[in-house]
Formats: sequence, structure tokens, C-alpha cells
Amino acid sequence: MIDIDIAINMLLLLFLIAMATTILRLRRMLAVAMILSLYSLLTAGLFMVMDAPDVAFTEAAVGSGVSTVLLLVTLTLTRTHYAKNTARLQWRPLIIVLLTGGALLYGVHDIALMGDINAPAHRHVADHYIAEARNETGVPNMVTAVLASYRSFDTLGEVVVIFAASIGVMLLLGDGRREHRDGDTP
Amino acid sequence: MIDYISSHWVSHYNYWATIVIMMIGLYTIISHTNLIKKIAGLNILQAGVFLMYISMGVVTDGTAPIAAEGFTIYSNPLPQVLMLTAIVVGVATTALAFAFVVRISETYHTVEEDELLFQDKLQSSEETEEW
Repeated sequence: MIDIDIAINMLLLLFLIAMATTILRLRRMLAVAMILSLYSLLTAGLFMVMDAPDVAFTEAAVGSGVSTVLLLVTLTLTRTHYAKNTARLQWRPLIIVLLTGGALLYGVHDIALMGDINAPAHRHVADHYIAEARNETGVPNMVTAVLASYRSFDTLGEVVVIFAASIGVMLLLGDGRREHRDGDTP
Repeated sequence: MIDYISSHWVSHYNYWATIVIMMIGLYTIISHTNLIKKIAGLNILQAGVFLMYISMGVVTDGTAPIAAEGFTIYSNPLPQVLMLTAIVVGVATTALAFAFVVRISETYHTVEEDELLFQDKLQSSEETEEW
């Protein structure tokens, strides 16, 4: 009854839960960086199993590549080797997390069954994209067609967000700030 | 309850597992004092959300949404597009968060939240004394 795809899917999700728990408990920050990278890679594998190759290679390149480099650079610049030990169970965060998780579990109890082709989500605009994307945009890859044509304003918004974030990083860490600090009177 | 779990566990397994992942990420964000660890928790939470959306786009016996001869059932491209955007935006915000952490550590020489708050408290009490 359960085919190989679903079995791999379930196994990978179990691995992800184990890795998330490990990151929660680890104190050595270099190990956290490495396991976070592996976590992203497994996520990419899971996207591949769920028929989303575009998302999979973005996650593999950006999530497990760029993010890890950024994390390692931050660890070097801040000279952080160990996180403070917070192994003790904290009650207030736990209560908040359990309440949120409970609300989410209640929220998904009547969600459409996974893989059901008659789910409302698959019968809305997705049908049009699948049937017409190739004729209307000339691109066989529907994800690209939606990203760059049907919803290109979304993508423009994404570019604006990246632009704003990069300006923020430059303002926080750029050269101009250092000169200004040197000129400051103490 | 037991009936519900046993009859839904194949079709809802992904949603339950991603909720567990998201909640572990959220607990990491709230419970740790180390700012870098908090950002790692944020990344875990984000990946959980991505997985949940992609799970919603899966169609049984479907294939990847790239038009090809001989295939008629494709998985839903819309959640995939949204998550593609979200991944890139997520990295941009992570980079900004790391820049903040580096800046904080330059000024305070620590990335532990409780030590930051302690230094702030010390400073403000010194200022009141001077005044």
C-alpha cells in the first residue's frame, strides 16, 4: 500500500526531526553549522521526492551552500565557539510551543488529503498553468513560467526585498561606518 | 483519537512531521540565549514551512511540473513558485540577521542575549549615578 516514494519521504522527515533536535541540544557552534547544512541538503532531497526539482536545487545551492558560508563567516567574525548551555527544560517556552503546535495540528486536521488531485488547491489556477503555460509563455517548465511571467511582480517584490536586505548589510558592516567610527570623539 | 491517527497517518504524516520540525525550531528560537543559535532555529522553522507548502502541492502519481510528452498529471506548480521566492528571501533576511549579530558582537563583545541585557543594565545604572 505504501510505495517507495512515501517510504523515503517518511524516513527523510524522521531524519530532519532528529537533526533539528540535535541542533537544539548542541553547544559546539561549528557542529551546528555543519548539521544545519546537512539539514538543508536533506530538505532538498525531500523536495526532489515530492516532485519539486526547481525548489530542490535552489535549496541545495542557497540553503546548504550560501547560508552555511554566511554562518561560518559570522562564527569567525564573532569568535564564537560554544553556545551557552541551555540544556535545562524551560517551562514557559515549552508551553508556548505546545500551544502553537496544538493549534497548528488542529488546523491541519481537516486539510485536503496529501496527493488528492481533487483538492481545491489543485483545481484553482494550477489547472490553467498546467494546461496553458506552454502555449501562453513558450516555457515548458511551469515553475519558471509562473515565476517569470504570470507572477513576475511577485519576483520583482522578491528582488526589492533582497536589495533592501543587502543595503542593510552594507550599512551595518560596510566601510563607511568604520571611517565614521574612527572620526568619532569618544 | 486513535482511530483518527490510524486512518489519517499516511495522508497527514507530512503535515504532522513538518509541524513537529517547526515547533523544534520555534523552541530553539525562544529558549536559547545565543543569537547565532536563534538564527539557526529560525532557519529550521523556515524549512518546516517550505516542506509543508510543498507537501500541499504533491499530486499522487504526478510528475515534476515540466511539460513533456507522455505525461498528463503534474504536481501543483504554484506552491513551488511561492517557496522558491521564500527560500531566496529567507537567505536575504538570514544575511541581514547575521550582519546584526556581527555588529552587536563588535560593540558588546558577546553574542549571548542575557549578557547583552546585563551590560545594558549596568550602563544605564552608571548613567543614572553620574546624573
